[in-house]
Amino acid sequence: MKKYAYFPGCSLEKMALSYHDSALETTRTLGVELEELEDWNCCGATTYFHLDEILANTLVARNLAIAEKQGLDFVAPCSACYKNAYFTNKYIKEDAELAEHINYALEADHLQLSGDLTVHHLIEVFVDEIGTEEIKNKVSNSLNELRVAPYYGCQIVRPRKNGENVEDPQFFEELLAAMGADAIDFAYKTRCCGGSLLLTNRHAALAMIRLLLQNALDSGAEVIATTCPLCQVNLECYQTQVNEEFGTDYSVPILYFTQLLGLALGTSPKKLGFGKELISATPFLSKHLVKEAK
Amino acid sequence: MSEKIGVYVCHCGTNIAGTVDVEQVAQWAGSRLKERGVIIARDYKFMCSSLGQELIEKDIKELGLTRVVVAACSPHLHELTFRTACAKAGLNPYLCELVSIREQVSWVHTDKEAATTKAQAVVAGGVERVAYNESLEPLKVPIHADTLVVGGGIAGIQAALEIADAGYHVYMVEREPTIGGHMAQFDKTFPTLDCAACILTPKMVQVGSHPNITLSTWSEVENVDGYVGNFTVTVRKKARYVNTDSCTGCGICWEKCPKKVVDEVYEAGFGIRKAIYTPFPQAVPKYPVIDKENCIYFIKGTCKACEKFCPTEPNSINFEQEDEVIEVQVGNIILATGYDLFDAKRIPQYNYKKLDNVFSSLEFERMCNASGPTNGNIVLRDGKTAPKAVGIVHCVGSRDKNYNTYCSSICCMQSLKFAHLVMERTDAEVYNFYIDMRTNFKDYEEFYQRILEEGGHFVRGKVAEVTDAVRFPGEEGKLIVQVEDTLIGKQRRIPVDMVILSAAMEPRHDSKEVGKQFGIACGAAGWYIERHPKLDPVATMTDGIFIAGCVQGPKDIPATVSQGAAAAARILGRIQQGEIALEPIRATVNEEQCSGCRICNDLCPFNAILFHENTMVSEINPALCQGCGTCVAACPAGAISGTGFSNEQILAQIDGLLLLNVGDETIPA
Repeated sequence: MKKYAYFPGCSLEKMALSYHDSALETTRTLGVELEELEDWNCCGATTYFHLDEILANTLVARNLAIAEKQGLDFVAPCSACYKNAYFTNKYIKEDAELAEHINYALEADHLQLSGDLTVHHLIEVFVDEIGTEEIKNKVSNSLNELRVAPYYGCQIVRPRKNGENVEDPQFFEELLAAMGADAIDFAYKTRCCGGSLLLTNRHAALAMIRLLLQNALDSGAEVIATTCPLCQVNLECYQTQVNEEFGTDYSVPILYFTQLLGLALGTSPKKLGFGKELISATPFLSKHLVKEAK
Repeated sequence: MSEKIGVYVCHCGTNIAGTVDVEQVAQWAGSRLKERGVIIARDYKFMCSSLGQELIEKDIKELGLTRVVVAACSPHLHELTFRTACAKAGLNPYLCELVSIREQVSWVHTDKEAATTKAQAVVAGGVERVAYNESLEPLKVPIHADTLVVGGGIAGIQAALEIADAGYHVYMVEREPTIGGHMAQFDKTFPTLDCAACILTPKMVQVGSHPNITLSTWSEVENVDGYVGNFTVTVRKKARYVNTDSCTGCGICWEKCPKKVVDEVYEAGFGIRKAIYTPFPQAVPKYPVIDKENCIYFIKGTCKACEKFCPTEPNSINFEQEDEVIEVQVGNIILATGYDLFDAKRIPQYNYKKLDNVFSSLEFERMCNASGPTNGNIVLRDGKTAPKAVGIVHCVGSRDKNYNTYCSSICCMQSLKFAHLVMERTDAEVYNFYIDMRTNFKDYEEFYQRILEEGGHFVRGKVAEVTDAVRFPGEEGKLIVQVEDTLIGKQRRIPVDMVILSAAMEPRHDSKEVGKQFGIACGAAGWYIERHPKLDPVATMTDGIFIAGCVQGPKDIPATVSQGAAAAARILGRIQQGEIALEPIRATVNEEQCSGCRICNDLCPFNAILFHENTMVSEINPALCQGCGTCVAACPAGAISGTGFSNEQILAQIDGLLLLNVGDETIPA
C-alpha cells in the first residue's frame, strides 16, 4: 500500500470535513494510505507570501521537512496548500541561497529540507499515481452520465509542470469519465473563484462567482465538482448572496470530486460527508444513481 | 627548437588594447618565448590592415620566419586574411596560427592586468602549437554544373529560374502535386496589394516550361550522398496514378470524381477538393494526382469514375502505377522547403477549431481568394453571413515564451492587409490586437498609416482569450475578445463576429530530419543555421548546401525572393570556377586501429563517415569532412586523427597555456 504524508491544512477538519472524510475513504478503497503529517503548521495561505517571502517559504518548508524526514511524498487536498508547497519545494532546489536561509531556520526544529520529495495535489494521486484506468476498473456504481462541471480552480494549474496544458487541462475530465460521469465542456474551469476577495471587495467577488455558476449552467452542468475547499465555500455558501446581489436564482450543488468518486466506488454517502451541504445534490444524484441500482 | 616564429599582437583599435596591454604582451612574447623559437614579436594597431599584413610578409621574407602566430580576433573573421598574407610571402598558409585575444579575452574581461596575463597565456599556447603545424595543401574537387532545388515555393522558383536562365541545368523537387508554395494560397500581397497569383503564376509557368529545368512534383528526396560539387541524390517520385505523357490536364476526371476531401494543405482545411485533383487551376504541372488514402477505388476496389470519363487516348488514368526512384547528379543543392503554420489549437484559450468563427490566417487567405471556397467573399463559417465586426489577433504563437519566442516578422503586415480587405469588402468594424506594430521595410509604415486612415481600430495588448461565454448584455451570440488595452490601462471585452488568428511561422515539422539528410544543422527554434548570420546568410556550414527563404527564418516575399536569387548567384559563381578548393583541415581514420564500433558514424554532423561492411572499418570522406573534430574526440580507440588538430598540437597548446602557471621552469618539449 503506497503511503503519503497527508497535509490537511486549516480547512479540512472543520469547514471541509466532507472533503477530508471522502478523501480518506476513497484513497483507502483504492489501496493508498494518507498518513496525516505530524505536528503540521499553516501553509501561509494567500497573504503571507506577499508580506515576507522568506518567512512564508520557511513556514511551508517546515511541513515539507517533516514529510522528508518520514521519507514520504507530500499530498495536499487544498489547492492553495498545494501551490505553496509545490513552489517552496521547487525554489529550495533552484535557489541555493534561499535553501541555506531556510535550512538555518529549520535547524531550530532539528529539521532540514533538500527538496527531493514530490509534492502532489490530492487529485494527482488519483490521476497520476493510481491512474484512471485502475479507477475505472474499481467503479461499482457508475455515475451514469451525471453532467458535472470539472472546476479546477486557478491554483492547481499554476505550476506549469512538464509542458502540461495549463489553459485547457483534461485530467479532471478523464477522472470524471472514469466514474461514468459526463464531464461538460466548462470554459471557465480554470478561472479564479475569487479566493479571499470577498473580504475586501464583496461586489467584485460575487460577480466572479456568478460568472462561474452561469457558465457552468450554460454549459449544461447539473453539479460542479471542486478540488479545493476555498473554491467550494465561495461557490456554495455565497450563492444566496449572489442571488440577492444580481437578482438571479442559482441553486447549483457544489461537491468535492472525492465525494463523487466515493459514490462511484460504492461507498455510502454518509461516510463521504453527504448531508452537510447547503445546496443538496440529492435530486441529481438520485436521478442518476437510481438507474444503476436496478 | 629549429623553428623561427613571428608573433603579431593586434590592438584592434581599442577593442583589444582597451583591456589588454598589447605592447606588454608583445614584449613578453619576444623575451619570455625566445627560447621557444620566437625571433620577433610585434604589436600593431590593426594587423588586418594592408600595412599590418605587409609587416608579416616582410618579416617572413627578411627574417626567414617558418611559423607565424597572430593574436587578434576570432579565426572566423580573419584567419583567411593572415593565411593569405603568409602564402603571398611564400609560407604555407597552414603554418600560420590565429589566436583570439578579442572574443576570448578583451571582450569578456574588465580587469586589465588579468586580461593581459591571459592574453600572454593564449599567445604562448599558439606558439607551442604552431611548432607542430604541418604544411597542408587544399583538396580540389570538380563542380558538377547541375543544381538541385528542393521546394517549389517562391524561394525555390526564383533560385531555379536564375540558374536555369544562366544556362545551367536545375532539378526541382516538390513534395506537393504543384509548385507555388504558400504564396499560391494568398489573395493579395502587402503592401502593394498585388494579386499574388498574377505575379506568381507566370514564374510557375516559366519553371514548368524551362528547357533547363527538370521538375519533379509529388516527389521527395530520399537520400543524399557525396559532397560539394559531386552529390548523388535519390528522389522518390510518388505514383500519381496519372500518365503524364497522355494527360492534357482537361479536368474532367476531378469534375467526375465522386469523393470530396477536405483539403488540409492548399485550402488550409477551409475548402474541399476531390480524391483526384490539382490543388488549383493554375497548378504547374497541370496533371492531377490521385490521393490514394481517399480514393474510393483504392479503398473499396470499385469506382474508377476518373478512368471512365478520361477523354484521352490512351487513357491517362493508371491505377497500377508505382513509385519511381530516380538518381540525379548535382554539384550544389538549395534547400527552400519553407515553413509550417503554427497550429493555433495549441493555444486553447483562443478556441480555434472549437468556436466556428475563429479562423487561422491561412484559412482567411483562402477566404479572400477569388478562387477560394467562398469566391473571395468574407463571410462567417455558415458561408453566407457577412461579419459586422472582425478581430485580428497578432502574435499568435510568436513572441510568446510558451510557444515561439521569435517574431514571425510578417504577421503585422499580413494583419494590416487582412484589415484592409475586410474593410474593402464588408461594412465590418475591424480591430487589430497587437503587442507592438512592426512595419519595417520599404513602404510598410505607409501601409500602416493607410489602414489607420481607413478606420481600422488598433488595441495594444495581448489577447487573453476569445470566448463565447457571455458576461454582459449584448454579448450573446458574439465572440468576445478579452484584452488588456495597455494604452488606456484597462481590461476590455470587445464583441466581434469573426476572429482571425495571425499564426506564427514555424519550421517544417520534419526540418530536423531533413536537415540531417542534407547534413546541415537547425538552431534552437528549428530554422536552418546559415554560415554567417550577416555576411553569409544563404550558405550553410556544409559546402555545397545552400538555404533560401523561410527555412532560414521567418521572412516576407521580397526577402525570400532575394535569398533565392542570392543562393543562385553563389552557385553560379561556383559552377563557373569549375572546381573548388576544400579546406585541408579534416580527419582520417587509421584502419589498423579502427575497431568498427561505428560510434563516429552517427556523431558526424556532415554525414562524412562511411562504414565498410566488408572490412568492418569506418572511412572519412575527405571532401565531406569539415574538420570539426567530433569524431576525433569520440573515437574510443583513438584511431581518428585530425589534421590541424593533432594530439601533439592540442597538448602543446595546453602546455603553452599553462606556461604562466609553471613559473620560470622550462616546459618539456
